[in-house]
Amino acid sequence: MGLLYQIFIDPFMQMGQAPDLLVQTLWEGLVGGVLYALIALGFVLIFKASGVFNFAQGIMMVFAALTLVGLYEKGVPAPLALLLAIGVMYLLALGVERVVLRPLVNQPDIMLFMATFGLTYILIGAGQLVFGGDPKEMPVTALGLPKGAIDLKILGGLVSLQKIDIAAAIIASIMVAGLAVFFQKTRIGRALRAVADDHQAALSVGISLNQIWVIVWFTAGIVALATGIMWGARSDVSFALQVISLKALPVLILGGFTSVPGAIVGGLIIGIGEKLGEFYWGPLVGGGIESWLAYAIALAFLLFKPEGLFGEKIIERI
Amino acid sequence: MFYREVGQFKTSYAADQAIFPIRQDRIGLALILAVAFIGIPLVGGEFMIASVMIPFLVLALAAIGLNILIGYTGLISLGTGAFMGVGAYACYKLSTLFPQVNIIVWIIASGLVSCAVGVLFGLPSLRIKGFYLAIATLAAQFFLQWCFVRVGWLYNNNPSGAIEVPLHTLFGIPITGATAKPLTRYYVVLAIVVVMTWFASNLVHGRIGRNWMAVRDMDIAAQLMGIRLLPAKLLAFAVSSFYAGVAGALMVFLWLGAAEPEAFNINESFVLLFMVIIGGLGSLIGAFLGAALIHILPIIVRTTPGALGLSIGSATAEHLTYIITGGLILFFLIVEPHGLARLWQIAKQKLRVWPFPY
Amino acid sequence: MSGADDILLKVDNVSLSFGGVRAITDVSFDIRKGEIRAIIGPNGAGKTSMLNVINGFYHPQNGSISFHGQTRARMKPYEAASQGIARTFQNVALFKGMSTLDNILAGRALKMKSSFFWQMFRHGPALAEEIEHRKFCEEIIDFLEIEHIRKAPVGTLPYGLQKRVELGRALAMEPTLLLLDEPMAGMNLEEKQDMSRFIIDVNQHFGTTIALIEHDIGVVMDLSDRIVVLEYGHKIADGNPEEVKSDQKVIDAYLGVAH
Repeated sequence: MGLLYQIFIDPFMQMGQAPDLLVQTLWEGLVGGVLYALIALGFVLIFKASGVFNFAQGIMMVFAALTLVGLYEKGVPAPLALLLAIGVMYLLALGVERVVLRPLVNQPDIMLFMATFGLTYILIGAGQLVFGGDPKEMPVTALGLPKGAIDLKILGGLVSLQKIDIAAAIIASIMVAGLAVFFQKTRIGRALRAVADDHQAALSVGISLNQIWVIVWFTAGIVALATGIMWGARSDVSFALQVISLKALPVLILGGFTSVPGAIVGGLIIGIGEKLGEFYWGPLVGGGIESWLAYAIALAFLLFKPEGLFGEKIIERI
Repeated sequence: MFYREVGQFKTSYAADQAIFPIRQDRIGLALILAVAFIGIPLVGGEFMIASVMIPFLVLALAAIGLNILIGYTGLISLGTGAFMGVGAYACYKLSTLFPQVNIIVWIIASGLVSCAVGVLFGLPSLRIKGFYLAIATLAAQFFLQWCFVRVGWLYNNNPSGAIEVPLHTLFGIPITGATAKPLTRYYVVLAIVVVMTWFASNLVHGRIGRNWMAVRDMDIAAQLMGIRLLPAKLLAFAVSSFYAGVAGALMVFLWLGAAEPEAFNINESFVLLFMVIIGGLGSLIGAFLGAALIHILPIIVRTTPGALGLSIGSATAEHLTYIITGGLILFFLIVEPHGLARLWQIAKQKLRVWPFPY
Repeated sequence: MSGADDILLKVDNVSLSFGGVRAITDVSFDIRKGEIRAIIGPNGAGKTSMLNVINGFYHPQNGSISFHGQTRARMKPYEAASQGIARTFQNVALFKGMSTLDNILAGRALKMKSSFFWQMFRHGPALAEEIEHRKFCEEIIDFLEIEHIRKAPVGTLPYGLQKRVELGRALAMEPTLLLLDEPMAGMNLEEKQDMSRFIIDVNQHFGTTIALIEHDIGVVMDLSDRIVVLEYGHKIADGNPEEVKSDQKVIDAYLGVAH
């Protein structure tokens, strides 16, 4: 009886008793969700446009951020470092296309997925070799991003909104809107979708696979850089972020692997669900459930809707 | 010309259905076993046995289990590390609760515990395919690791959070704990691994292995032939987790002597995955080859520069290992997606016609 | 004359839709024991969908199927298989990772009973069972003249041989009803002759009832005892080859006229 009370009644009572804490938690969840969504967006981009599940998206994010910070620490002014980091991501896209994608064209997806595993390990090793394994601080103000917080006195208490989080939410929204338009309305966007469907067919209508892939991976690289900057601004840049990027997987489950709006909705659900779960239910079991709660949520979803909220239902034809 | 099968006619189906129908293969197998049981103990030093051979065997065992799941049945698992942990902690609890029972019994029993947990997490696998299944196994990985840290009962509420292995004996000889000699531990591990490999080989060459491969290749056609997907997939999960569990118990009790939850983290799962990929999916030899390569690689990277007269820090060596591992994965996927096992088959093929080119 | 107990399979007012697409509308026909029944029609007529319904892979929204006198609205693929329905596919659905022999042995899955425990040890009941079933499969391999490729991985075989192996795999199930989906597609004249010979042999030698989807009208007219003609999911003719060949609706929809 007491246990049922603890699970089903008490957390909601706590929510009601301190609504400012609830709003704070919701906000934290929202921000986390936006950042998860950004990581998921990178996955969706590459998957939607080349059918490859890019396991290396997380490490690309860390690598991009490290490049930026590394250059900055060497004395390069922040805006220039940003441009150079973008350039590095372009070079990376070129490299990936040449070394990984071109030799593996038209191989089954599972092989390309494994190839991104290999890429991940290479980037982890290279990143640590070049930049060292210590956490680094993101030069927030130098990049023109706001610092500090806005404190709202509402609901009988205090809710503190970090300005950087607000900036992250805005930047994320702009990127998402831009990408959605890109995919639906432009010629290149259509070509990307064709490539995702069938490599050979796309080749046969004259779409240059190599060019497309470079564009796609470069775009994903930019998203990774932006995500890395945002994450890094909140908590320093380190290789631990790479494991956090695995959290994007539950987001993709919820939102479907090919849906840009799905990545957002999925990200928000996971982010908020995770924070609420940890704060109100976590103490019941000793805390730390954030490490797996997202996956549990995704799993529960999968049992009812295997293709996700926005994903495409797969009909098997024989 | 060494590998010619000419002249070896099979006069019965029994002979043809044998797992090693070619005489050279049987001789090769006998040689390998001889080296393992006699050669290595004679020639190898303590470092070789304790830090190379024992880990290699333990990891190969887990890789066999994972190969059954991924290579033969086509199901993805990213949680093998955690299942090894389940075996390890189960063995620890069983052996501390009932220390009078022989430790070998508990090692096998902990495999069964891991098997049960594996089936539990495998159940959702039937509605979901491919990447989605990877999520379920990831959930298992993170959840189980959380349990290893938070559930004090698992490590007998030891304040350090780690488990340490006390002395256990077999026929009066110490096989676990500080007094157990590397050679003794090696023989125990070798025996267990040889027997379990034999079981795995029998399974995959018979009806069950064929059913698994049918599920992997064309599950719709398999269903329409009467192969039930649910039992076949669950069985694959069960067997795979059993192997992982035993490997985990062996890892803690006969290799490391102690363990922390970190030993069973996501990185461990990935390393095993790479062993299976590089070794070759759907091949038991591949599990051994992959384990050998991935386990020995860091040792080579660490010691070669020294041998050549250069010196690199241990951190640099680790980073280089990452890069080389990643590079190897890419290399194999591009050049020989079927891994080392296929390369080995090609080599045998060349032996068949040597000294002629084709 | 044939009586009601001669009927092996009866399709009763079956309708099947996918979302808004109506694949089959109110189709009824029967298949008699021991006959070769062809299902023909233009592309998109619903022929493969019909086989899928019989197999239990698709479940019709309306209507029912009777097999061996037992009616059921929904049947799982596993149940269809265990009741003796085997099938080949339009796009060869072989297990590409296995050899010819293993593919055909896989067809014996339902007949193999040795337990997991004995499979672990292999020597003993499991091995005896393997050999017994190997003997059976060798007879099929003999029958289909594919001895020379028995150890070859099926993925490396030419298309015509793959289709033959698929037939062998279906035969390994010792089916009462064999569903063949375009078994001659993509074959040249010689291969078609061979395949026709095999189909007739299976029907006469083993007494297997056969339902056959095929586009080569010459083959259909020669092989089949009776024919069902589908168009856009509707049945437009049903009878023996002579009747169907001269049916005006069929000529308009599918056969055309000699010029």
